[in-house]
Amino acid sequence: MRVDHEQGTGSGVDPSARLAVNDSANNIMIRVEDLGKQVVSPEGPLVILTAVDFRIGRGERVAVVGASGSGKSTLLGLLAGLDAPSSGRVWLAGVDLGALDEDGRALLRAERVGFVFQSFQLLPGLTALENVMLPLELAGQADARRQAFELLERVGLGARARHYPAQLSGGEQQRVAIARAFAGNPDVLFADEPTGNLDQKTGHRIVELLFALNREQGTTLVLVTHDTELAAYCDRVLELDDGRLSERPPARTAGG
Amino acid sequence: MASIPTAMGSRSVAQRWLHTLRLALRALRRDWQSGELRVLALALLIAVASVAAVGFFNDRVQQAMERKASELLGADLVIAAPNPIRPELIEAARRQGLQTAALQNFRSVVLAGDAMQLAEVKAAGPGYPLRGALLISDRPFGPARPADGIPNPGQVWVDERLLSALQRQVGDMVELGTGQFRIQQILTDEPDRAGAVFSIAPRVLMNLADVPATGLIQPGSRVEYRQLLAGEPAALAAFRDWAQTRLQVGEKLQGVRDARAELRVALERAQRFLNLAALVSVILAGVGVAIAARRFAARHWDSVAILRCVGATQGVIVRLFALELLALAVLAGMAGLAVGYGAQFGLSEVLGSLLSQADLPAPSWQPLLPALLTGFITLLGFGLPPLLRLRAVPPLRVLRRDLGPVDARLLALYGPAVAATLALLIWQAGEWRLALYVCGGVAGTVVVLALAAWGLVRALGLLRGRVGVAWRFGVANIARRGSGSTVQVVALGLGLMALLMLTLVRAELLANWRASLPADAPNHFLINIQPDEVAGVRAFLHERGLQDVELFPMVRGRLTAINDRAVGPDDYEDSRAKRLVEREFNLSWTDRLQGDNRIVAGRWWQDGDSAMGAASVEKGLAQDLGIALHDTLRFQVAGQPLEAQVTSLRSVEWDSFRANFFVVFPSGVLDRYPATWITSFHLSAGQQTVLADLVRRYPSVTVLDVDALMNKVREIMDRVSTAVEYVFLFTLAAGLIVLYAAIQATQDERRFESAILRTLGARRAVVRRSLLAEFALLGLLAGVLAAAAATLLGYVLASHVFDFAYRWSPWVWLAGGGIGMLGVGLAGLLGARSALNQPPWRALREL
Repeated sequence: MRVDHEQGTGSGVDPSARLAVNDSANNIMIRVEDLGKQVVSPEGPLVILTAVDFRIGRGERVAVVGASGSGKSTLLGLLAGLDAPSSGRVWLAGVDLGALDEDGRALLRAERVGFVFQSFQLLPGLTALENVMLPLELAGQADARRQAFELLERVGLGARARHYPAQLSGGEQQRVAIARAFAGNPDVLFADEPTGNLDQKTGHRIVELLFALNREQGTTLVLVTHDTELAAYCDRVLELDDGRLSERPPARTAGG
Repeated sequence: MASIPTAMGSRSVAQRWLHTLRLALRALRRDWQSGELRVLALALLIAVASVAAVGFFNDRVQQAMERKASELLGADLVIAAPNPIRPELIEAARRQGLQTAALQNFRSVVLAGDAMQLAEVKAAGPGYPLRGALLISDRPFGPARPADGIPNPGQVWVDERLLSALQRQVGDMVELGTGQFRIQQILTDEPDRAGAVFSIAPRVLMNLADVPATGLIQPGSRVEYRQLLAGEPAALAAFRDWAQTRLQVGEKLQGVRDARAELRVALERAQRFLNLAALVSVILAGVGVAIAARRFAARHWDSVAILRCVGATQGVIVRLFALELLALAVLAGMAGLAVGYGAQFGLSEVLGSLLSQADLPAPSWQPLLPALLTGFITLLGFGLPPLLRLRAVPPLRVLRRDLGPVDARLLALYGPAVAATLALLIWQAGEWRLALYVCGGVAGTVVVLALAAWGLVRALGLLRGRVGVAWRFGVANIARRGSGSTVQVVALGLGLMALLMLTLVRAELLANWRASLPADAPNHFLINIQPDEVAGVRAFLHERGLQDVELFPMVRGRLTAINDRAVGPDDYEDSRAKRLVEREFNLSWTDRLQGDNRIVAGRWWQDGDSAMGAASVEKGLAQDLGIALHDTLRFQVAGQPLEAQVTSLRSVEWDSFRANFFVVFPSGVLDRYPATWITSFHLSAGQQTVLADLVRRYPSVTVLDVDALMNKVREIMDRVSTAVEYVFLFTLAAGLIVLYAAIQATQDERRFESAILRTLGARRAVVRRSLLAEFALLGLLAGVLAAAAATLLGYVLASHVFDFAYRWSPWVWLAGGGIGMLGVGLAGLLGARSALNQPPWRALREL
């Protein structure tokens, strides 16, 4: 385990545990410090993110915007512990992701994190219901089937529970994905261009649904998008430009 | 890609093709480096190598056979008969200006002091051989030289085996019947030596003029009379035409093509067997090619969509991939040829010593083309269809990744593969019927496997709600992928079946085959025992510890009519049936059914059968000659007619080396005909003195030592099975390729699913368990099906090809299920290992 510089040493208490208490007490859901990511490309090392620092409070809705290749998706992957940073640290729900192994991070995701992807990423081998049940089962919940069915009803797909993804339209697939993301009441929901593959009208409905559920459950929402309209739904907007992060105020306040 | 082959309208066709070829070669290099083509290439290599190895070997054997063909008979044409050749035939031949020479072949015991040895005696008249040459030498294993003529009267030439058996040397005297002869030369080779594979006893060559002095040939003795003829083709043809219609029962004309029939037939059978074994590898490799090509194509949908998007026509797409594949086929084919060429040396090593010429001629280049063609046909039939579908990839896929090529019809996908398989089979097997049988067998196996797999996959669907998340996921995957899983189970099943056949079932078959010739099988026959010697011989053997020796009477007779309808060779198409009707066969009588005989129809003797004239017929003979239960048979025995009604059909174990008879009568029926008696028994190596004593006491009894023959049979069993095993190594490799390709085929999907599962918070152990569940279940299904198929195949082979009872073994099932579950499960996990260890984000974004 790494020693936590910021909190000092020698207290005999697990620093990340102490930090968790602190973060929880301060209602901080995500804390990022000096985060950097490099990859080795054929032309040499490529810097994707440099010195990224920010905090996201519980229940906040944050949009991450930026041009293509500015590192938005990379940042999302790092926040969710799906990828390992080259430098810096991420605390998710007060837990230092760098201090966890791969399985530890998976466990954390199972308990606290939901995902919505641009290309839906439903498992083609499972029905809509089974797709929604998946995170519940992975978290070991007993009445996974009932909960999943309720969520499907909530997104208006109760009648389609036994359909396979291939039998659903794009909008319907994304609604299943949203139901899956909210299954198990996650603390944080990461959404990566959730409307990117949908037409405007369907996209609009999906956004409404996403934010409605977010309100109902009080989930912290991190939304990667280049859709300014979508970003305007959010409380804060973080802009990535060539791997550097800056915060700018939302263009206008919409929806609440 | 630097330039896209589109705006090339102004260029010539040749330039356009050349340009496409360059692009294709570049694509080949790239795809090879990314590892996508390796399975495909390996499968092709195996197909070509197995055909090439067998082709090269067959070519060498063929060359050896043809080189010797003209000398195989020692003549251009031979008249053979069980009786002295009629002078009118010889006269006719001479009138056509043909050279002639006479031969008599018979078996006799050669004595030298106390030593004795059964020998194959050939008595030759002046002029022998008319074609080819006798090779002789002055001392054993000395340098051989062509002989000038034949042995002088009073002299014999013998082969080395006889000298060592009798402990004699060149110049010593030996007895042959009542004659005394001096061993003058060692006979090292003769053109018409009876089929080297089956020659049992050592050879003695004597002068025809000496035969009367031996007193060995009496009326009723078994002698083959041969008149050798040689001359101009026209004269030979004229004589053949003239003689053909005048031949009497038992007389035969043998041309060069009939020479060494048994060796030729045995080798041709072995060659055909090897061909088919090679083809099984080709078909399996084809399945591997098909699976690998499908995956290759699926991975190129994106790049094809882009090419189409920027204006590549469907024609360009097809040309591009066809050329890339052809280039690959050429490279893999060359490598396959090299491997095959190397492998044929091993094959020649195993089988070469069965041929009398120790050194086979070097292989020619002729088999190269067929082997390469096999590779191309395999590729075209199995690999091209999925690649051709690439041209149907819509350019819109660039925008909507969920769009794939329009679904092709089943026929378009699998039709070429079936056609390719049939074409290869007909070409290689050279027979429509055999090809159709094999093709039908393979197709039937695949269909049954597919149906069974489909049923099992469906049944799994019922299970999915009842198991934990990892297993549910794995099971659901199998059930959900329905058709894909079925294909995978079939492919895995084929691969596993090849493995099972090659290991367990083969071992069982061989063990069963060997068991049918036990170590204590009779290895000596006594024939020509006179009726008044029967009691004496039985007592003699009994005194020497040979307790349960049975003696059977034997009367020679020829079948002349079935139900008052006269039968002759012309009534039958089958050559074996023709021969059976032509020649006399052995009749016997007994009151007790022999231990290894079984009544398969009718009943054993009842009171009154003897008076009525009942007969029991061996079922194979009955089948060949069209004899049914209750038919009335008429025989010609020693010039007198004999009638009997068939009251039973028997099965007989011919390869038991016990005395057995086609037709058996109740005692009494054959009383008035002249009979000799026959028996067989097992004599171990230390008991040989018994034989010398016996011959001294009963000089007219003939001893046949079949130990050498049995060893030869055992050797042939061993060698042929080793050779086939050797060729089956390719089948094994092809089976492994199919297994590998089948597991590879869904690897991309599984990487994606693993990444999603882990993103959603599944620990690696859960993902691993779900993968293991899926692969292990697939493997179990495939393994069980493979065991069923292998068992069935083993049963069919045992009962219809090798003719013995197949013993069912639980091991095949245990091994099939076990190996399938463990092997496929582990292999699947290993294949997915990289996906498991990669951060899920990267895996998701790469796919």
